[in-house]
Parts: sequence; C-alpha cells; structure tokens
Amino acid sequence: MPKLTIDGLEIEVAPGTSVLQACEQLGIEVPRFCYHERLSVPANCRMCLVEMEKAPKPIASCAMPAGDGMVIRTNTETVHKARRGVMEFLLINHPLDCPICDQGGECDLQDQAMAYGFDRGRYTEAKRAVKDKNMGPLIKTIMTRCIHCTRCIRFMDEIAGVPELGAVGRGEHMEITNFIEKGIASELSGNLADVCPVGALTHKPYAFTARPWELRKTESIDVLDAVGSNIRIDSRGAEVLRIEPRLNEDVNEEWLADKSRYAYDGLKRQRLDRPYVRIDGTLRAVTWAEAFNAIRARLEGVAGTKVAAIAGDLVDVEATLALKDLMGALGSANLDCRQDGARFDVSAPAGWRFNTGIAGIEKADVILLVGTHPRWEAPLVNARIRKRYLLGALKVGVIGEARDHTYPATHLGTDPATLAALAEGSHPFAEVLRGAKTPMLILGTGAVARPDGLAVHGLARRVAEAFAMVREDWNGFNLLHTAAGRVGALEVGFLPGPGGRDVHGILDGCASGDVEVVYLLGADEIPAETLGKAFVIYQGHHGDRGAHRADVILPGAAYTEKNATYVNTEGRAQHARMAAFPVGEAREDWKIVRALSEVLGVRLPYDTLQQLRRRLAEASPVFRAVDRLSPAEWVPFGGDGAVDAAPFASPVANYYMTDPISRASVTMARCTDELLAGKRPVGMAAE
Amino acid sequence: MSAPAADVAGPATFAFSDENLVRAKTIIAKYPEGRQASAVIPLLDIAQRQCGNWLPCAAMDHVSEMLGMPRIRVYEVATFYTMFNLKPVGEHFVQICTTTPCWLRGSDEIVAACERKLGIHLGETTADGRFTVIEVECLGACVNAPMMQVGDDYYEDLTAERTEAILDALVRGERPAPGSQTGRRTSMPAPGPTTLLDRAETAGIAPKTGR
Repeated sequence: MPKLTIDGLEIEVAPGTSVLQACEQLGIEVPRFCYHERLSVPANCRMCLVEMEKAPKPIASCAMPAGDGMVIRTNTETVHKARRGVMEFLLINHPLDCPICDQGGECDLQDQAMAYGFDRGRYTEAKRAVKDKNMGPLIKTIMTRCIHCTRCIRFMDEIAGVPELGAVGRGEHMEITNFIEKGIASELSGNLADVCPVGALTHKPYAFTARPWELRKTESIDVLDAVGSNIRIDSRGAEVLRIEPRLNEDVNEEWLADKSRYAYDGLKRQRLDRPYVRIDGTLRAVTWAEAFNAIRARLEGVAGTKVAAIAGDLVDVEATLALKDLMGALGSANLDCRQDGARFDVSAPAGWRFNTGIAGIEKADVILLVGTHPRWEAPLVNARIRKRYLLGALKVGVIGEARDHTYPATHLGTDPATLAALAEGSHPFAEVLRGAKTPMLILGTGAVARPDGLAVHGLARRVAEAFAMVREDWNGFNLLHTAAGRVGALEVGFLPGPGGRDVHGILDGCASGDVEVVYLLGADEIPAETLGKAFVIYQGHHGDRGAHRADVILPGAAYTEKNATYVNTEGRAQHARMAAFPVGEAREDWKIVRALSEVLGVRLPYDTLQQLRRRLAEASPVFRAVDRLSPAEWVPFGGDGAVDAAPFASPVANYYMTDPISRASVTMARCTDELLAGKRPVGMAAE
Repeated sequence: MSAPAADVAGPATFAFSDENLVRAKTIIAKYPEGRQASAVIPLLDIAQRQCGNWLPCAAMDHVSEMLGMPRIRVYEVATFYTMFNLKPVGEHFVQICTTTPCWLRGSDEIVAACERKLGIHLGETTADGRFTVIEVECLGACVNAPMMQVGDDYYEDLTAERTEAILDALVRGERPAPGSQTGRRTSMPAPGPTTLLDRAETAGIAPKTGR
C-alpha cells in the first residue's frame, strides 16, 4: 500500500492507483481530457500535469502509478504554467465557435479554458480545418473541434467492442475517422458524444435544439429494454429534448444504449391524446365519460370468465396491479403479461429473474448464452459481459443464433438438443462448465416463447443444477427479459388465476367467442386478427397495433409522463419520475383504471399513489426494497417434457424498433435504414 | 502525406500472388501466436509492391483479414507511414529529398530539373503514367546530398545534368547504376580516401592521385 503526500496531505492508496486517482480520493481536482476512468490510459492530452518531487519535469498524473513516499504538488506555479501551456496548444487549432456549438455549456474544454486559458490568442497563423465524417444517423461530427484525446477510439475498442474508429494520418494531419464513411454499427454509439470532452462528436437528433441550462432535468428509469437503465430526462416545457444516462454502477454504469437514448422523438408522434370509441366501424373521439360508459354498456351482463386482460411490454407496475385488482373485482382470472406467448414456469421468481445481477456478471468465469442475443436484447448486459471478457479468462458458450457478440464465444449449437446434451454432460462444453467456479447461464425469452418453452425452462434449470450454478453464495441462473414491464407484472402476479386463461387461452377464446371482452394494457404485439370478434379495450399511449384493433381507446401516459415503478430483469424495482405531463386528455395509467373501476361499480380501494404503493409493498417484497435486489429462493421450476428440434431465435428482429415508442421514432427509422438495411442517408447523393 | 484514399477507386478485390503469399506466411510465422498483427508493415509493403506501388483499400482489407485485426487498425498504420502510397503513382516513383542538407547542396536544382524534364510539378504524375515526382523529408543519405530515390534505388551526389541523365535513361527503359553519381564508394570523402590509404589501395579503392 503506497503512501504518498499530495499538497501536504498524506494518503495511502491501493497498489496500482494512479496519482490522478489518488488526488481524486483526496477531493483534489485535476483537469483532464484524455483520461476517462472506464477507459485505458493513453496520457496524450498532458492536461493533468502535476509536480512531483525529485522529477525534473511535471508528470502526467493519469499515467503515473502512485509510489511510496512520493510528494506531489498540484497547485504550484509550475503546474499552472504547464497546464496553461497545454491549454494554449490545444486552443491553437480549436475553433472559437462555442456560440454555435452544441457542447457549449457542458464542455470540458470550455470549462477548463476558464481556469487555464489565456485571455487572448498569440497564434496568428491559419487554423487547421478538418473535414467532417459521416458516422451515421446518431452521431454528428464537427471534426475541426477535435483535440485528439482518442477517448472515442478507446470507447469503441474497449467498451463497445466494435473497433471502427481510428486515428489516421500523423502529426498535424492526424484525423479521427471511421475511414469508410458509414454509420457506426454499435448499439452503444450514443455514448461517444458523452465521452467526447469537446463538441467534435455530438448527438445528431439533438443538434441545435437547446442549451443545457434551459433544460429541466428529471431523474428517471428507461423502459425500452428490460435493463432498467437509470436515465435523466432533459425537457423544456412539455417536450422531452434528450435523454442522458445517469450513473448506477449496478445497472448501466454510466452508459446508455442507443434505442433508450434516441427513441424519445417517438414520444411526439402517433400519440393517443383523447379517448376514442368505435362507432359503426370507425373510431370517433369522445369524452372520458362516454368511453367509460361504452365499456360499462358492453360489460353489462358479461360473465367475468368471458373478460380477459393482457399487459404489454412498457407497462408500469402501478397500472398492472390496478388492472389486476379490477379484473379480480369483475370475477375474471384471465390475465397474462406474456404477450409474446412465452410459456416459462411462473411459480418461482428465481426462474424468471436475472438472479446473478448485471453487476454479478463481472464475477462469472463461464457464461452460457441460451437462445439469446444480448447485444440486441439488452446492449448494456452485453457490454457487461464484454467488460468481464476484458478482465480475462472468460469462456462464453452460445446455444442459438451464431452472431457477433463483440467478444469471442464458442458456438455450441442452435437447438434445445444441445442444451439437453449439456444437461446429460455428454457435450464437450460440459467439461468447461464442470471446471468453472462461478458459471452462469443466461436464458433468452426467445428460448421460452415457443411451444416447448416450459420444457426448455426446466431443461435450463437442470443444466444450472448439474453444474452447481446455484449455491449458497452464487446464483448463476438468469432469464434475460426484453420487456421493461414484464418482471414487474410477474411480481404483482398479473398471471392467469385459478382456472384462468393465459395469452394462448385468451386468443383461443377470442377465436371461439368464449372471450368477449379483452383489455389490452399497452399490449401492442398481439396480431389484430387473432383477437377475433372480441370487444377490445386498448389503454396505452401510442396509436400502434393495439389501438388500431381497439373498440375503445383509453389514452395513457408514456414512461416520461408518469411517476411509476418499473422492475428490471434482475427484479430491481426502480421509480421513474414524471418529466412532462401526458399529452392532451391522456392520464396516468393507474388513475384510468381506478376511474373506470368506479364507473363499473367496483371501486378500487386506493385514491393516491401512496395508497397504491402501500398495496404494492404487500404484493411483493421487491417493492419494499426499491433500487435493491432481493434474492429469490431456489425451488424447482419448469417442465420436463420433450423439446422440439426447432432452433432458438432471438425475439428482437430489429434492435431499433421493438415497441410502440421506437416504432414511432424517426431517428430509429433512420437507424434501421442506414445501419441495418445499409441505405444511403437521406440527402446524400448516391455515388 | 497521403490523404485517406476512401475516395480513390481501386480494385474491388485483392489477393496475394502465390509467390507473395509464401513470403507473407514466412513473415507471419516469425511472430508468436497471437501477435500476428506485428506483421502488418511488411505485409502492406508486399501488397504495395504487388499493386504497382500503391495500396488500394481492398489490399489493406485483405491484410487486416489475414492478420485478424480490425480494418481501421491497418488503415491507421498505412496512413501513418509515408512510404505507403494510398493513391496510384507512376511506374517510376521519384522522391526528391528537400530537407536541409540536401537543400543546402542544391536540391532546388534537382526539383527544377525533374519538373523541366518531365513537364510536371511536384506531386503530379506524367500523362503517360510513367513518372510521379514528389518531395520528401530526409531519406538519410545526407553525406551524399543532394539525392533522390527512384523506386528502391538511391541516386546521390546529383546535379541538374546528372538528374536529367538518370531520367533519360529511365525513359529509355534502362536502370541507371544507383548510388553516388560521382563514382565515390558509399559515403567516403568526396576527394577520395584521406586515411588508411594503404588499406584503401589493397581494398581496390585507389586514391585518385594528383588532386
């Protein structure tokens, strides 16, 4: 444990700590551009110079390991002079275009120039100009502003695992580029603009929209995948202008996936802003009272067993619980939240949670991916696996589609038979699993959303048990969800009651006429034709598939417009907060259900969010421990029937469009066109 | 400095010739397992020679595939070193050193001679595609300044006349003798050996008498 003195303060740090990190531990600020705590250390910007006793010159503190007996000074004239010199050199070629730069107001260079910049330029020669690069529909480039810190190159290499950026040329002619002038094929590219300390890489959809000080910042939770990334919603008035990640080491660290970051423009399109009722085959705008009355009229005399409800992918826990209570009051047990038709065993929470935890991935030494493509289903879980891979000695086996995971993986097979062979121990990879200390298995929802889902679920459990993945101190069994609302709905028990129908039963009932009324709570992945002649009540925020089929539309609030609870794939309950009011006459979802219950004469016993949350806390311990993980008890689950030979397929066919919000987003449509379909960007002539 | 060549159309595909493939594999085998990327510079050089003294994108991509490294890492190397041409050049690639020692010894005249003789300016290629002339920084033959490099050959101790003679010979399809154009061996003193005269004589480097 080296002990060193910094500015007269003595500190003992862990071996391998750099001088800069030691300074930070003491709360001493050291300016930097190239150093980023999650990336490798190139020490090329020279801004973090400090003075070290017995050293003839100032040292780059980011790259100097703290040594025993070092005496560091960070606040001397030499240090300031050195930093002022570095800053003057950086500003030689940096344009003075802060007034038209999107980074203005949150720019490291701008901030540090306030501290170390000279008040006038001594450089009279022409500044260097660099051509802008095309990095796709998400990242805007103004390469003249680049100071060559190489953070973006290191981010792509290390975190994203898509080494597409590099520095070509040398000296004065060095340029950061992807050389081939096409979009960056990574789901984490938005973070490039975050790591860029200047305005060289900025968010294209946010260009020239707002200044940071104009924005109201709301700390919330993302729902576009099941990771539950912590986000900050920046809004002005009623409009969400951008979404930025928020630090949470256990979930998303400081990164955010592109869909979660850029799909917000979908919140402005295709919105349901007033109730509608289908009259003579066409949807007509009505008042809330008329819509509720239409529902009451249709429900009159209909037995509870002929009513059903399906919860969608983006629903919050409050609304799901309210609807569950309403259905209970109506005497219906036909509830299901698995609109993808997944047939996994719902009896044991350990069977449908990501038990290891996202941060727990870093402790695993062998990872078995079964029927999942985490890079698209949960980019940040994939980034965690890659982080683990970079720590060394990780083996990854894949059963399912052979795709680029951004880390090396052994492809074992494509179908459940391979999983069965592993369970028996006859597969060669079984040897690897047997030798593992902390093996983990990640089962995708694609592997259970098939007719033999229950058997696959049981098979995966037997694999986990066969290789000691579940022990006192370690639970390596994981189900990776793709829907943010799914785990929460499972936690509150939005599932078929005794004698109730599941999704398949509900749809069969619709076809046969046994189910007369279906309540779709934001369920947009149900094909319209499968709903038969049923009376469909759709409650949600987008005019997507569900609303098109609906007989009554109740406009709800999107995730940025309500105070709501979501449970991520780990079973971590987190509170999202309202950043803007719901559009038009739309209301928070649980309030709609509560109001409807009154009209139907089965008033739900809560009037405020606090009362509802108290009811939630009774429903599951998960809601009593918000932001924390509650370990689930390991009990046998899953079936042991025969499995099909059909290969596993990921439920995500297009990463950029998976839900009503991202389907309504122009930015996501551009990503689909340019990054997946390979079309030329709009406005760029074909060559 | 070559600009990134994404805008220059090159062949769509590239593959090493059989002979070059053997050489490439020999070079790759020199490096320990997992360190194959170390072979990138020699492989790019072989590829450049095969492609007529320039590196099309397809060739760089082929090398990146062979060495299992990301394409951009190969582009970085190819754009860093000035010896790699990322645009097509003439059959005879003339590089004239204009760094201080050569310049003091009259490299401007050499440049002027080339431009006059070939009818092109620095950085240009003749219409028939036979010559490209560029100026370069120090090529490390300062003792025999001024000098120029044509292909792999150094021509040293140049004057305008000698330069024109060399270019004439190249036009005729000959390969003029490389090295010092005054006949001195390597970088020995211009007037001839001044020390170890007896050994110089037995070595066959007879000092010119009567100077």
